[in-house]
Amino acid sequence: MTQAMTGARMVVQALKDQGVEVVFGYPGGAVLPIYDEIFQQNDIRHILVRHEQGAIHMAEGYARSTGKVGVALVTSGPGATNAVTGLVDALMDSIPLVVLTGQVPTFMIGTDGFQEADTVGITRPCTKMNWLVKDTANLSSTIHQAFHVARSGRPGPVLIDIPKDVQFATSDYVVKEKIKTGHYQPKLKGDIDQITRLVEMIETAERPILYTGGGVINSGPAASQLLRELAEATGFPVTSTLMGLGAYPASGKNWLGMLGMHGLYEANLAMHGCDLMINIGARFDDRITGRLKDFSPNSRKAHIDIDASSINKVIRVDVPILGDVGHVLEDLLRIWKSRGRKVNKEGLAKWWAQINDWRAVKCLTYKNSTSIIKPQYALERLEALTKGMDRYITTEVGQHQMWAAQFLGFEDPNRWMTSGGLGTMGYGLPASIGVQIAHPEALVINVAGEASWLMNMQEMGTAMQFRAPVKQFILNNERLGMVRQWQELLHGERYSQSWSESLPDFVKLAEAFGCKGIKVSDPKDLDDAILEMIRYDGPVIFDCLVEKHENCFPMIPSGKPHNEMLLGDADTQGVIGAKGAVLV
Amino acid sequence: MSPLNIKQGSTSHSAYDLRDPYAEVIEAHTLAVIVDNEPGVLARVIGLFSGRGYNIESLTVAETDHTGHLSRITIVTRGTPQIIAQIKAQLARIVPVHDVHDLTEEGPSVQRELALFKVAGKGEHRIEALRLAEIFRAHVVDSTLESFVFEMTGTPEKIDSFAELMRPLGLREIARTGVAALSRGL
Repeated sequence: MTQAMTGARMVVQALKDQGVEVVFGYPGGAVLPIYDEIFQQNDIRHILVRHEQGAIHMAEGYARSTGKVGVALVTSGPGATNAVTGLVDALMDSIPLVVLTGQVPTFMIGTDGFQEADTVGITRPCTKMNWLVKDTANLSSTIHQAFHVARSGRPGPVLIDIPKDVQFATSDYVVKEKIKTGHYQPKLKGDIDQITRLVEMIETAERPILYTGGGVINSGPAASQLLRELAEATGFPVTSTLMGLGAYPASGKNWLGMLGMHGLYEANLAMHGCDLMINIGARFDDRITGRLKDFSPNSRKAHIDIDASSINKVIRVDVPILGDVGHVLEDLLRIWKSRGRKVNKEGLAKWWAQINDWRAVKCLTYKNSTSIIKPQYALERLEALTKGMDRYITTEVGQHQMWAAQFLGFEDPNRWMTSGGLGTMGYGLPASIGVQIAHPEALVINVAGEASWLMNMQEMGTAMQFRAPVKQFILNNERLGMVRQWQELLHGERYSQSWSESLPDFVKLAEAFGCKGIKVSDPKDLDDAILEMIRYDGPVIFDCLVEKHENCFPMIPSGKPHNEMLLGDADTQGVIGAKGAVLV
Repeated sequence: MSPLNIKQGSTSHSAYDLRDPYAEVIEAHTLAVIVDNEPGVLARVIGLFSGRGYNIESLTVAETDHTGHLSRITIVTRGTPQIIAQIKAQLARIVPVHDVHDLTEEGPSVQRELALFKVAGKGEHRIEALRLAEIFRAHVVDSTLESFVFEMTGTPEKIDSFAELMRPLGLREIARTGVAALSRGL
């Protein structure tokens, strides 16, 4: 049975049919017909943001904490261009989004009309796929196809540009079961021969490591379960990228902590010294590998990834396995078990002894203070006082983000939302709202730096309007901390433009928004202040004044391999050469 | 040529990949990319090359299957084996791309390009140009008393050498289509 309706109604109908419950958006001239339809129904909730970038990050937070597709709706021209940063952020971190943009009517396209921008042109390299729909007859099928593309294979953001006349015109609605998803059907099962080769390596490896990434989380909860089973059954150590935290629990006995530029000593040295590296849904990002030439020089490497272009992109691997992490791990475990669950017990025992020596270095040690709050201490207390709660963490970008990854423990997937690939300052506040909308009863904390937080602070208005009791845990050092750290290490301590003067009074700012502000500067008051934040039934801006010149360690300087880590300030003299300085 | 002096494209027919994966040898590859014939698809393909810093030596595109709504893009590109593999993987993951064929690797192929040459001259030069055109099997498709337009089909190398010969004889303009290619046999 076909049903004729306007394009605007089709949009709402298609979203309903795709199971969408929430849309993050901002109205404008070119999307008014769609907003009119939203007004006339109650199935889909609309969250009015304060800036379109906020809408995309909220949709990202929603998507990452639920595993569903996030949806955003914005107007033409500036609405679409404001969304661009969020689109690239989602593309880099493989977050499934469907973004709908209004466009000037088809007969005005190309005339430099009011609020016209070449949205599909601008967003082509920022999306997994995008469409300009010029005929209402194609609108509903395009939306259904968009959801298929966004969530299939390596997930990512897609965009549909809808001219205003297409929204007004009437055509037949195509139900989602009728659409042709076409040739785009990414392969889920891995090649059994390659998986068997990997099993053979697992049986004999002396110094293995599981190097996991965001792909485990994107693959779904079953993949995380299988990863845990694999780690427990084999006794292999596990490390993870920033994106993959929570897939293996931080309390698990095989957990080495995060790896990479600010990763843990034991994790990075294990990566450097291993003889078998099993990359599960990670992508050998430059934050992970350091100097490519010296990256894990003596290991055989296997790589499980759903995206063929990630395999052999920067690191040549011996066993490439193209497929979905969950499906591949299932086959891997089945084959390994059927061959008698063999591992090299003797080798593993020696390997763990070596790893425990590295652990004994206690690389996260920092010098605490009784007079001033150290950012690491603030996060240790936050961890201690919120552990075991139904907790979700988002972050902004910078030192605080790395400290959060080091000092907070994640027991489950989808609990940690951070901008990894693009490193978008201003991500955390809107993302925390998106998470809270999806999980109204949970404790949602955005660990922030004051500089990042200011980039999208207008979204506190959204938090207030929609009663999202998000906690903004700001580690305030009145500096752009990571920039300052690099200037200290690389640019002769010339702190060019890396401090913030005229910062707002965050407590008064909270009052201005109508929420609660808490300021703390004495370590003695910290616990009570954190508890007050947690207990307050509403949004909180928590201004935690911390040590201004703390550096984030451990650190692998740019252009150095894993085994040349800096553990503290004493190690930093002249370590970064001219070659490293050109890297970011 | 690879360091082992193995002819390009011969490896996929061997039981072993004989190329050195770390070789920094630059190879030219001809890729045939089958895509949905829809707006923006070509822009996505070209954007991939410019955005990731890959070379395009030649690119041709036209609809080849009207009912199936498919176009064939033929791209000649250069890079190390690793870069070429990466280009193919990146192309293959573009949603409207159906298929990527590496004609250089998949075995022998025929490559043809069409070119038009405008050559102006009088007397001996004019006669010499005509004589060479005959040797190269170029056709005269336009003629005035002082100029010819030659049409020629052939490999890019053949077109290059004809252009070189025409240069001292009064070559004014060249128009080339870029390479179209098909694998040999079935």
